[in-house]
Amino acid sequence: MSNTAAFFLVAATFLASAVEMVEALTIVLAVGVIRGWRSALIGVAAATVALAIVVAALGPALTLIPIGVLRLVVGALLLIFGVQWLRKAILRASGYKALHDEEATYREEREAAEQAGTVQRAGMDWYSFTLAFKGVFLEGLEVAFIMLTFGSTQGSIPLAAAGALAALVLVGVVGVAVHAPLSRVPENTMKFAVGIMLTTFGIFWGAEGAGVAWPGADFAILLILAFVIVVSFGLVAFLRRMKEQQTLRSTPAVRGTGD
Amino acid sequence: MKYITGFFQFWYDFIVGDDWTVALGVVLALTTTAVLVRSGVNAWWLLPLVVIVLLGLSVQRVAATKK
Repeated sequence: MSNTAAFFLVAATFLASAVEMVEALTIVLAVGVIRGWRSALIGVAAATVALAIVVAALGPALTLIPIGVLRLVVGALLLIFGVQWLRKAILRASGYKALHDEEATYREEREAAEQAGTVQRAGMDWYSFTLAFKGVFLEGLEVAFIMLTFGSTQGSIPLAAAGALAALVLVGVVGVAVHAPLSRVPENTMKFAVGIMLTTFGIFWGAEGAGVAWPGADFAILLILAFVIVVSFGLVAFLRRMKEQQTLRSTPAVRGTGD
Repeated sequence: MKYITGFFQFWYDFIVGDDWTVALGVVLALTTTAVLVRSGVNAWWLLPLVVIVLLGLSVQRVAATKK
């Protein structure tokens, strides 16, 4: 694996893991602060075990698939996934979709946790457990998917796991230290970056899997990356202009009253 | 039955997401690329072009409906 590919592998899994961890942390914090930590933390532990089982089952299975087929399938999945991330990021950056706001999510989760009734069975608050489990498992599943697809296609699941694990530890430590949602993490920018990387590698591996020989071999990754960045920012600029025109059209003209 | 449909709905939402045309477009583009390569055309340019079209149409559709 080239240094460029290794860098992108770690960077993509680190960023994807960090943004998903920040979202999971917000949910766990809201539930833990309002309803107590025991059941929430058991939910987190159960979700972590479930994710570990998914990774342990799928990781070795993916390494058995021939690399050409793997790149085609993984390229297609990454491209679909990447374009969806990028699409949302472009819509957020151009004002057509609300920016992800951890403070607002935290407030909503806290209110919901306060209003929910308490169902205690076997010494567990099942509302806390379920919410923490779902939050960590669903956010973690995206990270596991990115980690496994990137890692297996590049022939290094451990390197991909290292990127994801570094983010997990970093967000976990900072979250415990500040004991509040990490609203200052530039989450929307990070999601944009992940979308760009997933789309870039989806194009590269998907085409390779279909039998294409890229001009410049691995160097083509950098050119595709530049291409995806230019297209994305071009679309953001286009949509912002479109939004301005829509706003102008919907604003009634201020007419002079005359003397 | 509810659990089975829920299971498939989850994976559909997870992979395909909000816009199914993106998923369909990607699959068609990859198939076309493979066919072109088999017939001797090194169609490395096709996928980047399709991505611009899919992404552009997808965001434009959302923008047009949110006035």
